[in-house]
Amino acid sequence: MSRAAAAPAIFAPRAGLAAGLADWVLLHPRMFVFLLVLPITLWLGIVYIGALIALLIQSFFSIDEFSGMVVREFTLKTYGELFRPYNLDIILRTVAMAAAVTAAAAVLAFPIAYFAARYARGKWKALFYIGVMLPLWSSYLVKVYAWKLVLAREGILNWLFAKAHLTWLLDAVLAIPVIGGNSLSVSYAGTFLVFLYIWLPYMIIPVQAALERVPGPLLEAAADLGATPRQSFSLVLLPLALPGIAAGSIFTFSLTLGDYIVPQIVGNSRLFIGQAVYTQQGTAGNIPLAAAFTVVPIAIMGLYLWGARRMGAFDAL
Amino acid sequence: MMIQIFRGGASALALAAASALPLSAAEMLTELGPGEGTVSIVAWPGYIERGETDAAFDWVTKFEEATSCKVEIKTANTSDEMVALMNEGGFDLVTASGDASLRLVAGGRVQPVNTALVPSWDRVDDRLKDAPWHTVDGTHYGTPFMWGPNVLMYNTEAFPEPPASWNVVFEEMTLPDGESNAGRVQAYDGPIYVADAALYLMAHQPELGIESPYELNEAQYAAALDLLRVQRTLVSRYWHDAFIQIDDFKNEGIVASSSWPFMVNLLKADGLPVDSVIPEEGATGWADTLMLHSEAEHPNCAYMFMEHSLNSNLQSDLSVWFGAVPSVPEACTDGSGMQTAEGCAANGLEQFDRIRFWQTPVSQCESQGSCVPYYRWVSDYIGVIGGR
Repeated sequence: MSRAAAAPAIFAPRAGLAAGLADWVLLHPRMFVFLLVLPITLWLGIVYIGALIALLIQSFFSIDEFSGMVVREFTLKTYGELFRPYNLDIILRTVAMAAAVTAAAAVLAFPIAYFAARYARGKWKALFYIGVMLPLWSSYLVKVYAWKLVLAREGILNWLFAKAHLTWLLDAVLAIPVIGGNSLSVSYAGTFLVFLYIWLPYMIIPVQAALERVPGPLLEAAADLGATPRQSFSLVLLPLALPGIAAGSIFTFSLTLGDYIVPQIVGNSRLFIGQAVYTQQGTAGNIPLAAAFTVVPIAIMGLYLWGARRMGAFDAL
Repeated sequence: MMIQIFRGGASALALAAASALPLSAAEMLTELGPGEGTVSIVAWPGYIERGETDAAFDWVTKFEEATSCKVEIKTANTSDEMVALMNEGGFDLVTASGDASLRLVAGGRVQPVNTALVPSWDRVDDRLKDAPWHTVDGTHYGTPFMWGPNVLMYNTEAFPEPPASWNVVFEEMTLPDGESNAGRVQAYDGPIYVADAALYLMAHQPELGIESPYELNEAQYAAALDLLRVQRTLVSRYWHDAFIQIDDFKNEGIVASSSWPFMVNLLKADGLPVDSVIPEEGATGWADTLMLHSEAEHPNCAYMFMEHSLNSNLQSDLSVWFGAVPSVPEACTDGSGMQTAEGCAANGLEQFDRIRFWQTPVSQCESQGSCVPYYRWVSDYIGVIGGR
């Protein structure tokens, strides 16, 4: 007791500037936290938020009708341009595609994730992870170009359909107005298939994570209490997996919304938002309109994330 | 061999000044000094090759050995990127297309070139020596580099005879092989393609009074868009990337499209039954100029490279590599590289007078006072492709 009282409460300050500074920081916990948070704050503040603000400011400028020069005066004219029919088409087209891809990915991913979460064990589980992740290891461009060949008029898929005497089926699909076309590779249907393939893993993984967390006994209890399989699915399993689906949909939806490579390689040349941004800023020099176009997915995703958060999507990430 | 060329790239930026005088014409060099050890060039992808992509195509190594000027290359994919890089500075030379060159002159980013310091200037094609895209008020702002036409590529099985007119890609019709052209033709996915429609109208609707496909008033412009809307019903996919078009001719059953000799040559080399023609209406095309930055740090090496570009294997081999036409006609036949008279003819050497070279549409145009500027070409072409 007396020895402890005799000893100093803290060590004596060490000599040297570096050591002194280190001691001082350690003695001031708030400063310690501040220093820890500083780099990430700077990153978020300058690189991320700063760039966004610069973008927002650009979108309130306009382009001079005669000279084509950017006029640095505040105006809402550029946003007005977004509502011209051909620009509105681009936005609606992109959102519709993103929604369709997201819905299809959810439907497709659920049984795969369910199998992985409930039945796959040991090496099957490893196989599942490899199977889902493997496509992500190869170049995105290679995959898209490969799909172009698969879907081409004289491509593998057409050949398979012909061998199976199912050409009539393919022709019937391609004859559907809007989504059809001359061949899969030049139609919305083809663009949709490629998007679905490319972004599917981003849906499977969160759904699987969510399903892993659903306790098995819950489903057994539902069955014991007389629920039909359909009821235990819709009343127990689906609500509990919903945060996972919402989390996955954030990926599939936002990735489709922003992509500008897939629709350029597979599709009918009608622009998506990403391509419109690329064209307007690159070849047209219309930076304000490009910026305004960029704000569209930001706004849509803002709303989307707000809704997803209410569904608890961020718990499943 | 990934030559990605986004040539339609032209901008509406800084255009009002395109015809104005340069802000400050830097002093022209009068005497050549020793090399500075380096020359940095902004170039289209594939334009400055040192044998790294394909060992047979090298027009840099010898220059470096002979002059001890090390060549640094910065590739740019669009004319706008080139203008932006030149505005930034730090480069000596740029291979500017007609839709960028006058902007660079107007902005004072390039300096007049003293042709007396380029001994091989006399070798340049007479038709290019005073071309308006690099000559302003009699002053030369660079040495011609390469040029080429936007040809009509066609499948020889669908067309036993070369198509006589661009109408095969503009109007619905039954092709010589008995099938409709709907879904079997392509068009270029760049707003500058509106000029191709205007060129077609020059021949087929003379009452519109179009004098230049790059200078259209509202009525002429509307007629061109109407023609492009008809074309939209025939085109399944527009082409943007040279290699995607090559694939579409192989796998999508495409039989006719506007194209570059580059793709025609590659497809022929692959054994596909294609050929190209410049139909009766003529064609649009591109012409590039090697221009010298107004604040070039290595002007002596830059002048040496200009000389090299006109007097070496560069013109000959590059024209083979890129499917273009040399600016030095002798390069076709003098054996300095791989090019031959037949190759030059295939790439369009004789067709010069039938080509309307790319330039950026501006609102204050020469032929009729007020024209539709380029930025509207961009948004309206997006609308046409989108089905509006």
